[in-house]
Amino acid sequence: MRPINEAKITFLSRSANEGFARTAAACFAAQLDPTLDEVNDIKTAVSEAVTNCIVHAYPDTLGTVTMRLRLFGDNTLEILVKDSGVGIADVDQARTPLYTTGGGDRSGMGFTIMESFMDTLKVRSAPGKGTTVVMRRRIARRLGA
Amino acid sequence: MSVTCAEEGRALCARIEGEVDHHAARTLMAELARQVDAALPRKLELDLGGVTFMDSSGIALVLRTWRRMKELGGGMTLTNVPAQAAKVLRAAGVDRLIPFAE
Repeated sequence: MRPINEAKITFLSRSANEGFARTAAACFAAQLDPTLDEVNDIKTAVSEAVTNCIVHAYPDTLGTVTMRLRLFGDNTLEILVKDSGVGIADVDQARTPLYTTGGGDRSGMGFTIMESFMDTLKVRSAPGKGTTVVMRRRIARRLGA
Repeated sequence: MSVTCAEEGRALCARIEGEVDHHAARTLMAELARQVDAALPRKLELDLGGVTFMDSSGIALVLRTWRRMKELGGGMTLTNVPAQAAKVLRAAGVDRLIPFAE
C-alpha cells in the first residue's frame, strides 16, 4: 500500500530532541483527527523509541536518529525510528518487560509501552548495524469527520 | 519541569511539574532525592497534577522514590495523576505498589 502522506526528520541523538520528536509526530498525526488519548499514546510510543536510540544506540557518542512518518488511506499511521548505533544482540530479551541494560535510571518498560500503546511493533537489529523500530496505529474514524 | 515541596510534620508533599521524560528525569530525580533526604518524611505525597507528559522514565523515577521511602520506613502515595501518566504507570503495575489518591 502506498502512503498518502510522508515526512522524514533526521536529528542528533540529544535528549532535548525527545520532546521535539514526539511533538512532531503528534503534529503529523493531527491530519487523522485523533482523540487526545490517541495523540498521547502516539507521543508516548515515540518518546520510548527515540529515548532508546539516545540511551542505548549511542551510549557514549552523538549519532543521528531518523524518524519517518507515513499515513495510509485506511487511517493508519506508521512511525519508523532508525539509528545506526550499537544494535541489539537479542531483540526478544530486549523486548521483555522490565529488562534493561540501563541501570536504575531506566525502567525496562520502553518496548512494552510501544507494544501496548500501538497496534503493531516490529524491531530489526543486529550488533553494530543499528536498530529500526516500525510501529503502526490505526486511528478510528470519528462520526461526522 | 520542577519539583516544589511543602512539609507538614513528618509528611512531605512534592509536586512535579512539566514533562517527565529521559531528558528531564535526571534533574527531577536528583531534586526529589535531595528533598526526601533533607526531610526524612514518614509519608510522601507525590503530586503529579502538574505533569504534562510522562514516559517510562517516570516509572523509574517513581519506583526509585518509592524504594527510598521504603528504606526510610515510610509510605508514599501518588496524587492528582493525569490520565496519560496513569496509563504509563499502570502499564508497569505501579498502581499495585503505590496507591493513587485524589
